[in-house]
Amino acid sequence: MTDTRFTGTTSYVATDDLMMAVNAAVTLERPILVKGEPGTGKTQLALEVASALGKPLFEWHIKSTTKAQQGLYEYDAVARLRDSQLGDDRVHDIANYIQKGKIWEAFASDEQPVLLIDEIDKADIEFPNDLLRELDRMEFYVYETQQLVAARHRPIIVITSNNEKELPDAFLRRCFFHYIKFPDQDTMARIVDVHYPALKKNLLSEALNAFYKIREVPGLKKKPSTSELLDWIKLLLAEDIPPEALRSDDKRKAIPPLYGALLKNEQDVHLFERLVFLDRGAGHR
Amino acid sequence: MLIPFFYMLREGGMNTSITELLTLLEAMKRGVAGTSVDDFYYLARAALVKDESQLDRFDRIFAAYFNGIEDGLGDLFEELPEDWLRRQAELLLSEEERARIEALGGFEELMKALRERLEEQDERHEGGSKWIGTAGTSPFGAYGYNPEGVRIGQHGSRHRSAVKVWDRREYRNLDDSVELGTRNIKVALRRLRKFAREGAADQLDLEDTIDKTARNAGLLDIRMVPERHNAVKVLLCLDIGGSMDDHVRVCEELFSAAGSEFKHLEYFYFHNFIYESLWKDNRRRHSERVPTLDITHKYGADYKLIFVGDATMSPYEIVYAGGSVEHWNEEPGAVWIKRLLNTYQKAIWLNPEPRERWDFTPSIKLTREIMDDRMFPLTISGLDAGIKALH
Repeated sequence: MTDTRFTGTTSYVATDDLMMAVNAAVTLERPILVKGEPGTGKTQLALEVASALGKPLFEWHIKSTTKAQQGLYEYDAVARLRDSQLGDDRVHDIANYIQKGKIWEAFASDEQPVLLIDEIDKADIEFPNDLLRELDRMEFYVYETQQLVAARHRPIIVITSNNEKELPDAFLRRCFFHYIKFPDQDTMARIVDVHYPALKKNLLSEALNAFYKIREVPGLKKKPSTSELLDWIKLLLAEDIPPEALRSDDKRKAIPPLYGALLKNEQDVHLFERLVFLDRGAGHR
Repeated sequence: MLIPFFYMLREGGMNTSITELLTLLEAMKRGVAGTSVDDFYYLARAALVKDESQLDRFDRIFAAYFNGIEDGLGDLFEELPEDWLRRQAELLLSEEERARIEALGGFEELMKALRERLEEQDERHEGGSKWIGTAGTSPFGAYGYNPEGVRIGQHGSRHRSAVKVWDRREYRNLDDSVELGTRNIKVALRRLRKFAREGAADQLDLEDTIDKTARNAGLLDIRMVPERHNAVKVLLCLDIGGSMDDHVRVCEELFSAAGSEFKHLEYFYFHNFIYESLWKDNRRRHSERVPTLDITHKYGADYKLIFVGDATMSPYEIVYAGGSVEHWNEEPGAVWIKRLLNTYQKAIWLNPEPRERWDFTPSIKLTREIMDDRMFPLTISGLDAGIKALH
């Protein structure tokens, strides 16, 4: 069992509690549900688990129109109708028109796969309920061909949610749950270090200070998150901004450079500029 | 095992199920958590908590339960027969060591000190630094008086490191603050759309026709559906200004969500209570007013009426003619709202004030009575209940 323990990867910093949740899910072969602020690496987790454990990855991205059935299989009736008009021989075997969905693909995998069900909350409210049996027993029935598809190896299922809809209790009971909380400054330094190993120490600490200060601005509609911070640092590096420029003690240069990478909302940018302006006024007095 | 903990969680208001407890036990049996209490805490959290708003509650119950364990161990310690302890000591200790114990004040003193330190640790979690940190030099660790004693010490130290995790209560601000974002409101409002397809099937369902025809091996099978009837019509009346200033944000969100969710949405503003006229533009509220009677005539009875307001005012503003704070009203507000309610059978009042305060504000009680108790808090659950009442 030790060889299948997930301990983070060279490009992903996992906290202790996250590792525990993942390992519990891997050992017990139950789905793990990951929630958290947007941009804290929920989707990335599945990719990293797959690469850390050396398992194939199947990704199923959910949209508002996605039906549970599409993850299992789809019966392409239109193609069959067309073939029947053209007199194609394939038309006699209905199996020719069954298209496998992501869950089927994962069930049919030769080794234990990782299956990502991304943003499950985007789909219809009933969506998770429609998958209860499939996720529990890891099997489903294809009515058109009278065939039972069972998983050859129970996949490690990672489900992410952005909390746009509440998920049904019956579904939640079958999962392990982890809430990725926003990383503290130390963890964040490790995360940045993983992405930009050559970053100068003082630039990093100045950037982090500025970043957390912006996060604390009251009334922001969308607080900047990890992925925005990483983008911002990339920009800072590209522009070769000196660390001193990030220090906001100097009131005249209080706005951090390139803050557009951190604030994605027009109202937030206005709010921020206004606050800085007020602050600057206070500094002169 | 863990059953008392499970019941404590349930009593603490978490809806943890037996399935989840069994999952946790299975995970422990399979050795997922190893031996440290920290690991156990993380594992229990992943298995038993399914909603981030419950995390803080879980932390508190976990702390309470495991502090209880510590207290229990304290009792256990007290119940250890002293004779037995003494005999163990004599068995295990050399002459020299016993001499040093005498120097410390004898066996009783030593035990007393140990007990005191244990209690100290119970009281404040970081107090045990001398107890754990200096295990090498402390009399307890160094001599190993009895195995039980050592075990207590170890437990204490493990427990202490774990306490750091759950006593920090990092999830505090997630608890009960179910965020009422625009998205959430939209999802709640969307339930009003449920009755969308009703009536006679008079429209060709192209997709279903193709599907059924194909399944029918090419024989045409025409499918009809009722016309999509997105006919939910909503009349939104918002209280504005004064005591409502505290709730501007949530009202803004409700308004923007409602605006994009309903095709037939009409909105009007009022101040504190409904009188003979309302207005649509707050900047021209004095010049451009719409008589309330016109509204009831213009918008049919199939509109659903939603009031949004804190209903916090002087009761005079509701029941007396001339009670309004802004103008002289010929008829009391209660009369006007009843006229609206007579026209619109489906009506609710959403109140951003917390539910607990409703009973202490006479005007809220009064408004609830007028609304036949159809007042709901402006939270996700309140909105859900309100939308149900609108059906």
